[in-house]
Amino acid sequence: MRLYFKFFSIHFRSAMTYRSSFFLSCLGHLLITTNVFLSVAFLMDRFESVGGYTLPQLSLCYAVILAGTSLAECFARGIDAFGRILSQAQFDRIMLRPRPLLFQVLCQDMKPTMLARLLQAVIMLAWAIPSGAVHWTPFKALTLTLMILCGAGIFFGVFLINACVTFFTLEHVEALNIFMDGPREYGKYPFGIYGRPVLLILTFLVPLALVQHWPLQYLFDRGPAWYGLLPIISLLFLIPCALLWRLGVRHYRSTGS
Amino acid sequence: MRKYWSFFKMRLMAGLQYRAAAMAGMSTQFVWGAMEILLYRAFWLEHPERFPMGMEALSSYIWLQQAFLSLFAMWNWENDILESVKTGAVSYELLRPTDIYSMWMARSIANRLARAALRMVPVILLSSLLPAPWGLRLRISPAAFGVFLLSMVLMVLVVCAYSLFVYSLTFYLTDPNGIMVLSVAAADLLGGAIVPLPFLPEGFRKFAELTPFASMQNVPLRIFSGDIPLPEAPAVMGLQAFWIVVLLSAGYLLTRNGLRRAVILGG
Repeated sequence: MRLYFKFFSIHFRSAMTYRSSFFLSCLGHLLITTNVFLSVAFLMDRFESVGGYTLPQLSLCYAVILAGTSLAECFARGIDAFGRILSQAQFDRIMLRPRPLLFQVLCQDMKPTMLARLLQAVIMLAWAIPSGAVHWTPFKALTLTLMILCGAGIFFGVFLINACVTFFTLEHVEALNIFMDGPREYGKYPFGIYGRPVLLILTFLVPLALVQHWPLQYLFDRGPAWYGLLPIISLLFLIPCALLWRLGVRHYRSTGS
Repeated sequence: MRKYWSFFKMRLMAGLQYRAAAMAGMSTQFVWGAMEILLYRAFWLEHPERFPMGMEALSSYIWLQQAFLSLFAMWNWENDILESVKTGAVSYELLRPTDIYSMWMARSIANRLARAALRMVPVILLSSLLPAPWGLRLRISPAAFGVFLLSMVLMVLVVCAYSLFVYSLTFYLTDPNGIMVLSVAAADLLGGAIVPLPFLPEGFRKFAELTPFASMQNVPLRIFSGDIPLPEAPAVMGLQAFWIVVLLSAGYLLTRNGLRRAVILGG
């Protein structure tokens, strides 16, 4: 763990070397996601509610997804950019070192600029939590924390699957962006809004609804309390991801470059 | 004129080579469009009376937006041009017996057309097969179609003129990233990329419609879907033409002045 923090501080300092470009890319990431929030706010201004959700409730919903993705994109950037690691044959070097493979891949690259989005999520939470959208209890607070952390976990799993595919294709597969950029964009509304088929896919295939739609039902007093524990179940998704990763590593042949 | 035309054809051919990338991008765009329509469907089923445009018109808007995305996506910057200004390689271009600004324009238009040409056909075909209010409605009068095509041409010119304006600013800025980031965000919000303009609050919409960003995808998509009726089209397209003239001449003056100031060192 100490080693990990050391790597993080290295990446952070290297990003801070070019201070103005660091802040500019923070601003760039931030503007994209504030636009997403504004789009929700504009539509709510016209329609007042959708599916029974109000603006503070939707902003809680988006904050959870935004925090999850930005945590994953900041710390799992190494996996996200795995295509580059493979094509530059850095993975050969990684395999020679006496540390866990995945740990080293994670340390290869981090993206501190994504923390700007975490800040936006925190601001949205700070507005939504006291707004009266939810009658808070200690257990509900726990659920909210679980939603964010397990959400980051699932996005981590999605990155991992993407990296495993890279073992076989040797280049980034753009179609997989549907499950990487898509949820960040469309997680602004609870997934139930998009209709039953979408909700089923996101419950059983890529269980993002387990960290967003279902626990939200509990937070808004529309569902039973055990919905609040579903984020933990969603972590089962990481098992097939880990198996795929091992399969990928076994299949690995250096590109030799 | 002939040399720009052949340069244009050359870039177009080069751009058409990236077929695999286009296939991948297309599947993403189809899912994106579907998600967008499912979202508005929820609003429509709940409050049909507060909808500013028909659901069918909105579906057509969304599918065309996905089909022609590369034509107006602000983030499709020409990195070669930006690099050449930054590194000074632009000086080689000056040696050629061509006008640099026209070259940039030819290049921008060609690359956008090539990217869009590969992606648009499957998206249009598939989405027009969808059932009534959710698909792309292709029934359109010949007159409206003609006006739509004209506004598409104007739209591409506005987008490229704006990009060129930004490139010409790079002669004066050490880091063009700031203005690029702001342009992308403004085009998303004011141009009807994230929410079609009729859905915006009244006052904000009126402001947005005057900006150059609203002269981009907003105009042709709404003409095609029938949201801008034909009698109103000349006024909106006049505004498009106005922005083309303003942006092109501003960019041209900035570039000429920038090149005059530039000192090219040997080596």
